Amino acid sequence: MKEHVLIILPHPDDESFGAAGIIALKRKAGIPVTYACGTLGEMGRNMGNPLFANRETLPFIRKTELENACKAMDIQDLRMLGLRDKTLEFEDDEQLADLMESIINDVEPTLIITFYPGYAVHPDHDACGAAVIRALERRPKVRRPLTYCLAFTNDRFDKIGEPDVTIDITEVADIKLNALKAHRSQTEGMLKLMEEKLLNKDPEAMLWFEKEVFYTYKWKD
Amino acid sequence: MKPITKHDIQAYLETFMNKSIYIHLETTTGAYSAHKDESSMTVVAFIRNAKVKYHQAKITGNGPFRVGLKMEEGWIYAEGLTDWIYNDQNQLLLAGHNSEGQLAIALQLSEIPFKH
Repeated sequence: MKEHVLIILPHPDDESFGAAGIIALKRKAGIPVTYACGTLGEMGRNMGNPLFANRETLPFIRKTELENACKAMDIQDLRMLGLRDKTLEFEDDEQLADLMESIINDVEPTLIITFYPGYAVHPDHDACGAAVIRALERRPKVRRPLTYCLAFTNDRFDKIGEPDVTIDITEVADIKLNALKAHRSQTEGMLKLMEEKLLNKDPEAMLWFEKEVFYTYKWKD
Repeated sequence: MKPITKHDIQAYLETFMNKSIYIHLETTTGAYSAHKDESSMTVVAFIRNAKVKYHQAKITGNGPFRVGLKMEEGWIYAEGLTDWIYNDQNQLLLAGHNSEGQLAIALQLSEIPFKH
């Protein structure tokens, strides 16, 4: 089966924080990557410092940032799903799963990356991951692609243990940094602090550009 | 956006008076508030494109500012407003930002529905 990676995450920048490294490695190996991004992050809080965005201009700014980040990671198939930031958990669960199912059926990926439902902090993250899992569970188990989930609640180790997938991303660290930089409205302040830490070889900051970790989703049936 | 000047905002609030308008009112700590600090509760509320009409309007305070709009049967209130813009859609956007440029509150008025 021909390899194809499908990323399904709700906010522009989720992909750069959580998966830019693995995406860049897959693209370097010539593997196609499709990114289905749920919203335009309309409710983001970071407006630039000094301010350059407001509540009404932010969606347009973040759309361009998303496109630039995809260029940085060499993603050639970006799909914007047109959902609204902060509302995913209030959508009809089956309809949201239908939307995910249509993309999965269209792409027929060999690997899916999404959020681990219940362990991804932001309600949109959890709802997005849950919809993807719900869509995949409609298929017989043998037809479900490998599914990597991002989890970062503080209780994750107690509840679901250690992540079982660790990807060394040091050879594409520059690509990850460029992808994060593309999301300027959301990351500029944080990256300024981060760059200082990187210069001082702060271990926590280094981790961002050394490895990415995932949980292989374990099907309940 | 630019720092609020009280008399400009007062004048714009009056131009929307006694008209049927759309309102966006929002306040947010950010979705990660409790994740970063368990003692800090995550609180977010927003209402977008609620249709209202007010007959009295005032901006008060010395910065950050407060706005109160009196309606036939109730009130709209926002505190912590720091910046504003009147955009090319004739929408008055008021917002309160913290020192890092993060939005904490927004109060926006428009004669046409807000997009997205």
